[in-house]
Amino acid sequence: MCGILKIIFDEVKMCQPTTNTVEEPLDLIRLSLDERIYVKMRNDRELRGRLHAYDQHLNMILGDVEETVTTVEIDEETYEELYKSTKRNIPMLFVRGDGVVLVAPPLRVG
Amino acid sequence: MMLTLSLVGKDVVVELKNDLSICGTLHSVDQYLNIKLTDISVTDPEKYPHMLSVKNCFIRGSVVRYVQLPADEVDTQLLQDAARKEAMQQKQ
Repeated sequence: MCGILKIIFDEVKMCQPTTNTVEEPLDLIRLSLDERIYVKMRNDRELRGRLHAYDQHLNMILGDVEETVTTVEIDEETYEELYKSTKRNIPMLFVRGDGVVLVAPPLRVG
Repeated sequence: MMLTLSLVGKDVVVELKNDLSICGTLHSVDQYLNIKLTDISVTDPEKYPHMLSVKNCFIRGSVVRYVQLPADEVDTQLLQDAARKEAMQQKQ
């Protein structure tokens, strides 16, 4: 009996009109599908790539990605901080959502 | 679920949060995004565990940072449509 109830509820859900308006933060990400985005991640990593898919966990699939990893080297004597960044390119990447900190349009200069 | 979209059987590189990168054939994925790989090898200069004797492995989903996918095996249009649909479903 409970199976039939479920089918009826699912049917009703599907008949409700889906909304195209932006209501919650995840909708803002939906607007960026097939656009290039900037993703800030944990451990001083950044990604720039084309957003192909995402879900509510912020798992994402990005195409044509450039990953930047930033490290700080400290000179033992002068205690000078030397910031280094390492980049690499990956054609298609799945990113697990628990590492994502920020999602934004790519930073544009000027 | 995105990863399963017929990528089973393809070669992928799984990068873990401990910086280990494992190359292998995608055998299966589950609801937690746990991954089973077959015929694995450690990519990147083998500075990390030499898993020479390991052929197959199970990777807990929570330790994955990235999965590098073969670009030509991915239908980006299909992915984008699926993401839009899933986003709509999640709101209800």
